[in-house]
Formats: sequence, structure tokens, C-alpha cells
Amino acid sequence: MSNSLKNKSTVKVDNSKSSLLGVADTAIIGGGVVGCAVARRLSLAGISVVLLEKASDILDGASKGNSAILHTGFDAPEGSLELACIRSGYREYLEIRESLNLPLLKTGALVAAWIPEEEERFPEILEKARNNGIEDLRQLSRQEILVMEPDISENIRAAIAVPSEFVIDPWSAPLAYLSQAVANGGQAFFNAEVKGGEFFGNHWMLQTKRGTIKATHVINCAGLFGDLVDAEILGQSEFTIKPRKGQFVVFDKAAGCLVRSIVLPVPSERTKGIVIFPTIFGNLAVGPTAEEQDSRNDASVNQVILQALHTQAVSKIPALANIPVTATYAGIRTATEKKEYRIVEDTERNWITLGGIRSTGLTAALGLAQYVHKLLEKQGAKFKSLDRAVVPIVPNLAEHLTRDWQTSGYGEIVCHCEMVTQREIGKALTGPIPAGNLDGLKRRTRATMGRCQGFYCAARLAELTEGKFAESLDIGACHD
Amino acid sequence: MTEIYKKENFDVAVIGAGPSGLSAAITLKKSGIKNVVVLEREGEAGGIPRHCGHPPFGIREFKQLLTGPIYAKKLVVAAQNAGVNIKLKTTVTRLGTGGKLSITSPEGGQQLTARRVLLATGIRETPRSARLVSGSRALGIFTTGALQSMVYLKNRIPFRSPIIVGTEIVSYSALLTCRKAGIKPVAMLEEKPLPNVRWPIYQLTRWLGVPLFLQTNLVTILGKERVEGVEISDEKGHVRNIICDGVLFTGQYTPESSLARISHLEFDPKTNSPEVDEFGRCSDPVYYAAGNVVQPPRDQAKVPIYYTTKNLPNPVYNAGQCWSQGRTTAKYIVKDLAGNLPSSFYQSRG
Repeated sequence: MSNSLKNKSTVKVDNSKSSLLGVADTAIIGGGVVGCAVARRLSLAGISVVLLEKASDILDGASKGNSAILHTGFDAPEGSLELACIRSGYREYLEIRESLNLPLLKTGALVAAWIPEEEERFPEILEKARNNGIEDLRQLSRQEILVMEPDISENIRAAIAVPSEFVIDPWSAPLAYLSQAVANGGQAFFNAEVKGGEFFGNHWMLQTKRGTIKATHVINCAGLFGDLVDAEILGQSEFTIKPRKGQFVVFDKAAGCLVRSIVLPVPSERTKGIVIFPTIFGNLAVGPTAEEQDSRNDASVNQVILQALHTQAVSKIPALANIPVTATYAGIRTATEKKEYRIVEDTERNWITLGGIRSTGLTAALGLAQYVHKLLEKQGAKFKSLDRAVVPIVPNLAEHLTRDWQTSGYGEIVCHCEMVTQREIGKALTGPIPAGNLDGLKRRTRATMGRCQGFYCAARLAELTEGKFAESLDIGACHD
Repeated sequence: MTEIYKKENFDVAVIGAGPSGLSAAITLKKSGIKNVVVLEREGEAGGIPRHCGHPPFGIREFKQLLTGPIYAKKLVVAAQNAGVNIKLKTTVTRLGTGGKLSITSPEGGQQLTARRVLLATGIRETPRSARLVSGSRALGIFTTGALQSMVYLKNRIPFRSPIIVGTEIVSYSALLTCRKAGIKPVAMLEEKPLPNVRWPIYQLTRWLGVPLFLQTNLVTILGKERVEGVEISDEKGHVRNIICDGVLFTGQYTPESSLARISHLEFDPKTNSPEVDEFGRCSDPVYYAAGNVVQPPRDQAKVPIYYTTKNLPNPVYNAGQCWSQGRTTAKYIVKDLAGNLPSSFYQSRG
């Protein structure tokens, strides 16, 4: 929190033309995993929240493309807030996941050394992990690795096993968080980009595309746009987002049995390296790259880079040469000038910014939410515990658990590659937080995300979603 | 896990109700095999011809020139007349040893045992992702199969002015589908110096007024919500933009063989097909495969007359060839059930 921020005058907003959209104790800007987790925590703590998202569904920015790992924090910066939030977020996920029906794939991870220089860094990695409070790491010999993971390349030299690194569902988790917020009185508005705001001594009036929100506190969780929101409303931002693209290649489910662990690289000064990881949906994926770019929106993929990722994956898991690629995607991480989370607190204006929440955000989100809860308590926010918190459950999409098609009465299977049922699609279109666009429907059900990418089901899906979204699979009738 | 609600036994279970599966089932019934079931995951039998709305279908089978949908209906009626039991909305989820199949339908999970199983799961095109194509993931990126099912089964279109990638026979089928639906492709792309198809088929682009760009690569797909254009590069490496609202990836066929790939059956990853002997029999001799799910290596495939040998695409059979293969393989299955087929290579190998 800087003095310069406090001295800046607020941007004046003309509220006369826009109607009051909602009133809440706390407004949360941004429906990524961090915003959803904060909404949940504050709702459960008994203060009213309203979440404002500029897209038509949650997870439209940085949260839509990541490697879905539940991190222990063994390699996080020592003594950092990031580490503290990863640790507390990790613990809370394990505590709440069963009640919300969120899956966990107990993969463990291997920090793999392929050259002597990488192996030389093992003592340093082990010491950092100990300092970070993760005690169960152990070094494995080449022979031990090949027994554990027979399909890994024999070129491996050694590895450190990190038994408590796990894989989760990166989209169902935030959906569950926001669902719980909404089930306990929270509100969420979509297509509600925050365009401006004014602080009136004890409350904010935030102007959104859909109307004005009155709120005592504001939490900026705008991710890739967090610095712009601060600049627009507070007059200045303490950090600048440096978008970092990461591309991924996803292999067919036939590869799911090839590796059980997350295979992590030994990070070097030059590059953090790429990860090979099982997905909760039964695939094996490789990525991400780390490409600095100016655009906060451009998540396009590049053939040369995808081919390089593919080659790297095959060099580490030779059997992947025989497995087709199912999907490719890219995500954009919210890096900043510094390798740390950028938490900005303006206590005089009841404003907190959670900025620069890097690739660890999926794990750290619940921890960050706890942290925000404490900051608000210090700011004097009035909390009152709920008599009884509602615990909604989200549909399971994890391949190792029972899927909807495995219980009768599902109507029909619409997407054959991912075994998505008509009942699942119906639920995703009508739930308390219904899919707001086709990508949202895909993330809630996995429809068209399999090997044929819609060859068999695009037509049926167009029919089932007719009139539901602003942009649909088809654009009209023949000869319109 | 899956709730199992009943168990059933069959003489032969055929997986897939396309031309090869239905023709095999009809042949089996006509040869006196009593208990034949066809398992089809879609809500309607007939396979891919259901959404190929133009001729030529049925010449070999019905001595008539038919469109795909009419041909598919005639096949289904023929199967019903022969007494074939077709189970729709029924998905096989696992191939077990000795003909034990795990299946699921809206009623729940089921286990089924058949003395012989025929895999007739067909083939599909390679989508954008598996081709590792650069660019955005906007709406409007389709394969011919998805386009044709949308046009012929639902009477809807996904774009008005797409670019077509590929010059296989299916690419020209896509051109005709576009014409029928009121879609005007802006161009057709081929990486090689000449199209896969021979003269006069490739003249179709000229007749329809669609430019054909040879030695041209699709560099990247542009667009945010929907496709807004593509970058293409010519043989000299010159890159230029073309405005379009869709990208249609045609051909590059790959067998729809994922069931076999994850099963106990020997599998050839080069052709993406289960390994079969001269009778169409798999490494587990209870299993057979016929039609497009089994493809020969590209250099061993019989070249159809409409392709130039100078630029051959991945092999694929037409409906008539699938129908013939289904019939031939069914005759071997009949012999096998009567104990009149030599034991398999894998059995003798032990």
C-alpha cells in the first residue's frame, strides 16, 4: 500500500444514468478462480458479496488454461505470501473437496533430472522444500524411477519424488466455489464489466456495463486486467501485468496409463521447463511454454511450438510417439515485473487488489481468500457466521470416478469421445450458475473436448444449445 | 461404478450400424446365425451415409444411384427385414477377452457376451487440433462430417464463407454440401503442387467459382469469438490474409478405433487399426474387424481411380466397399462358428 495511491483522487463517475444493479458488503471484480474463491470465503463468513465478471461466464481469462496441479509449495519462494497461500489453499482444498464433490487424482510428482547439471541441483531443491515445510520428498535412483514409471525414457538420471503434488479439475473447483457463494446468498453478475467507480467515504459506487453496484469493500480479482482496473478506478496501479502465454498439447486417453506421476522439470535460470502431467479427465498433457507477449487476450497456439512440445514429450515418454493428439490449447498467466503476488491494500478506501497471481493461483486461491478475510477483519468489516452453510455439489467429470453415463436415465450420450450425456448438458445449461457460452458448457461437461473435436456431435450440440448463447455453433438455417 | 442391470448372450455382436456393420449383420442372419445384435451408439442406424446428401451410393448394393440418406434408410430396412436386432443409443465401453463386452445405454450398464464380435466402428476425419494448426480457437472450425451432419440432419449452417483445407474426394463432397446449403467457400487449399483428385473432378472448383490454391499452406487461424480470416502462404513463402468466417478441415481420415486401441487386441499405431489376418480376425480370435476401422498402410492401399498416384491421401473405403467387406467378413465368421476356419496366427503362436 503506497501513499501515492491514497493521494490520488478517485475518478468521478456519473451515476445518474445507470440504475442500481445491486448492493452488497463486498464487491469482487473478476470471476476467475481467485474471485470465485474469495466470493465463497466471504459468503461463508456471513457478509454479502456480489461478483462482477465482464465475460458471459466464469474462468474467461487466466483461469481457463493451466496445468491443473494442486501444488504443495515445495518450490515456492521461501517465506513468501505465495507460499503461505499455497499451503493454506492446499489444506483447505483437501478439507472441503469431498463435500463439494471435487475430485483429486493422487499422482505425486517427480522432479526429473536428465543431465548431470540438473541432478546437481537436487540438494538445493530438497533444502528449499524442507524450509517450506514439505517433509516427504525423497530422492529416487534411475532404477527406482523405471520400476515406478516403466514408460519413462531410460535417459532419465534421477528424480526427486514429491508424493503430495496432485491433479485436480481446474474448472469444476472454481465453479464449486462460486456455487457455494451463491447458495449462501452471494450474487454473481456476468457481462458486467466494471467501467469506473467512486468512493464516498464509507462505500463504493461501481459503475458496470449493467448498472451500478453499491458496496462497502471492493476486492479486485481481475487477473490479467487487475492493473488496468486499479489504474482506472484508483488512479494508479502498483504493478503492471506482463502476460505470459503457455501452450499445451493433450494426448489421447490411451496415453493416460503411460505415466502416473506429474513429471516436473528441474528449473534452471534460463527456463522453467515443461511439465508432463496426467489430467483428471484421463489424458496425458505436456506444457506449458513461457512466452512473453503484449496481448492479454491472445491465447492462440503455434504449430512450430506445439510440434516442439510434442517432440519433448516423446523424448521423455517414448510410447507417446504412438498416441494421437486430442487437443491443443494455450493459457495466459498473470505475471508481473516481480516474481511474487502483488497484494495492494488501500485501507482508506476499502480496496484490496489481488494482483499477479501467477500459475500457482489454482492452489493458492482458497488461501488467498482466507488472507482477504483476515484483511477485511482488520479493516473492521462486520462478519457473522452462518447458522448453517449450504454445501452444493458440482457434477463429477473425473475419469477415475463415477461419471454421469455410469448411472441410468441419462437420456443419450451426446459427445461419444468424452461420454457426455444429454442429462449433463441439460444441467449445465440450467444450474444456479448456468453456462454463459459454449466454452463454459465445454468446461462444465467436456462436450467436444475429445479426440474427434465435434466430428460426431457438433450438429446435436448445436440443436441442444439453440438460442442459449450469444454466439452459437451454427449461424442459422440453410439458405437463410 | 457402472450399475449392471442385466447380462445377455449372443452368437455375434456387431459394433457399429454403418454400411459394413449392417451388411455383415444381414449376411449373418441370411446364413442362418440366429442371435445377431448390432450395437449403435447414435440414435439412428445407417452410419456416415446418413449425412452425405448426394450420390453416388447404392450402385453395388441396390443397383441404384442413391443419395446417402436414402441409401442408409434402405440398408436399415434390409437389416430389419432380415431380422437383425439393432440396439440404438448403445455404446460399447470395453472389449473384454472372450467376447465379453461392457455396454451402456440410457437404461444403464450392461454386460454382454458374444461368441464372435465384429468391430465396424468406421472412420473419421482428423480435426484441427490433431493437425497442430496455429491460431485461435474461434467458432467456425469444422470437419466435413460435422458440417454435413449439421446441414443434412439439422438443416443448419455453421458459416457462410469458409476456407476449405484439402483436396480429397470428401473435400469435393464438402463443396457440394456447401452449394446445397447456400454456403460460398472463399477458397480451397492444397499443400502439394496438385490436388489428390484427378481431372475432371478438380474442375469442380472452377465450375463452382471457388479458387483452388495449390502449394499453399494454412499458416494461422484468425478471429476472437468467430473465425475472421486465415493467413496462408504460397510456394514462395509469401503470406497473405484471406477473410473468411470458417475453416473446414476435410479428409486425413483416421480409423475410429479407440475401443480397440485401449483393449487387449494387438494394435498397429501406424495405421491406427487393430491388427487382422486375411479373414479380418483380430489377435483375440473371438474378435473381427471390417470396413473403415481397419486400414492398410498408405503404400499398400488400393488407389481409387479418382486419385492421382502423385498425391495420395490417407486411405478410406467408400460405402460400397465397406458393404462388401462386411459381407465377406461375415461369411468368414459363419465358417468360423461352424469350426471351418484355420486357427489364427496368434493361436498357433500360443
